[in-house]
Amino acid sequence: MVWFGFFSKQNKVIGEEETHNNRRNLRRRRTNSLLIVFDFYQAKLKLYSYWRSSCAHRVRIALTLKGLNYEYVPVNLLKGDQSDPDFKKINPMGTVPALVDGDVVINDSFAIIMYLDDKYPEPPLLPSDLHKRAVNYQATSIVMCGIQPHQNMALFRYLEEKINAEEKTAWITNAITKGFTAFENLLVSCAGKYATGDEVYLADLFLAPQIHAAFNRFQINMEPYPTLAKFHESYNELPAFQNAVPENQPDTPSTI
Amino acid sequence: MANSGAEKLKLYSYWRSSCAHRVRIALALKGLDYEYIPVNLIKGDQFDPDFKQINPMGTVPALVDGDVVINDSFAIIMYLDEKYPEPPLLPRDIHKRAVNYQAMSIVLSGIQPHQNLAVIRYIEEKINAEEKTAWVNNAITKGFTALEKLLVNCAGKHATGDEIYLADLFLAPQIHGAINRFQINMEPYPTLAKCYESYNELPSFQNALPEKQPDAPSTI
Repeated sequence: MVWFGFFSKQNKVIGEEETHNNRRNLRRRRTNSLLIVFDFYQAKLKLYSYWRSSCAHRVRIALTLKGLNYEYVPVNLLKGDQSDPDFKKINPMGTVPALVDGDVVINDSFAIIMYLDDKYPEPPLLPSDLHKRAVNYQATSIVMCGIQPHQNMALFRYLEEKINAEEKTAWITNAITKGFTAFENLLVSCAGKYATGDEVYLADLFLAPQIHAAFNRFQINMEPYPTLAKFHESYNELPAFQNAVPENQPDTPSTI
Repeated sequence: MANSGAEKLKLYSYWRSSCAHRVRIALALKGLDYEYIPVNLIKGDQFDPDFKQINPMGTVPALVDGDVVINDSFAIIMYLDEKYPEPPLLPRDIHKRAVNYQAMSIVLSGIQPHQNLAVIRYIEEKINAEEKTAWVNNAITKGFTALEKLLVNCAGKHATGDEIYLADLFLAPQIHGAINRFQINMEPYPTLAKCYESYNELPSFQNALPEKQPDAPSTI
């Protein structure tokens, strides 16, 4: 089936160069039929996710943008499902998200998103311009290593236990403030409707969950970050982003 | 040099920064000439207003390429790989690419943020030195365990085969720091230890070591 799909892609490229319209159109119809058959028989993607995980949130946006069907497998981080031996076989680090694609298992939101973008190139999650791509990678990294590691559940619990709740809040607020300030500086001159122009790219997939959490979980005042606040409004208009929000997941508690 | 004739690249770096170390390897692998500009993190050069204009987050590394300024080691490495494609830092196979991205991410977001200067000073100040050591050891242990499991079946001479790829650029500085700064015992991680040995034979990795940088103290 994988070979079949690859062969179809090659056919499509050759077909488009043909000058004879009938032959080209026939090949396109055959290619589309082959791809539909390929998709039908392809094992469904599985996403191990927690409703409130900003990392899983990013991947949910990517899957929806790419129009990909998947099975949602909830992992309750509060109850400790991540320490379950069966889940540890999927992800030894005991974190979500994790993606299963047939025999392939990928942990980590960034790796999953890049894998999806490599395997399903439309719509592309990176622009073609080199500098804009670098801005997308920078924005991604600000979230991945500058903000999110300082606000995840393991760290919350550690800071609260070893110091106190106020210190935990101060630490997280500081991480978000530093990160959001960096975003404003980075994006203010290249933003359009979205982070790096008028198309949704990688940076938006990382920003949206971060800003959502800042509004809804950490009560961050967004006044110093008008560029980010504007993006939040833009994302609210997109079904791919709305369907991915924590409040709309199968494992979202009914009490929120 | 791959970029002879063009305006020289500038790298803002600190000798001991594992993030800067990654970029130094990339530049050496690609055969790129650059000007090394030291930023002394212990003395607080990162808070200097001139440096804050380069990088508002006040971290190293930062790369200046003419009018383009890029902060963050991962973004810099990807930019270099896209602008100077040889040798490629990612394999063609999409699954192997995913493994490289995972390894990169384990280091970038799972280990390094919990051992950088700001965090370890904070924990030492708010709790104590023993707790700081325990925190760092825990982050490295968790991350190295994950890396060992990830790479054990796909490592070759290096992390994801017999060629150097992205994962190696992130692994080498992390393992170097673990051994030399945090005295981590590498016995539970034979795949990582073997990768680390393989880097010892490569000039581009050796030249990027902290001890060999222009701002490395003479007393180390």
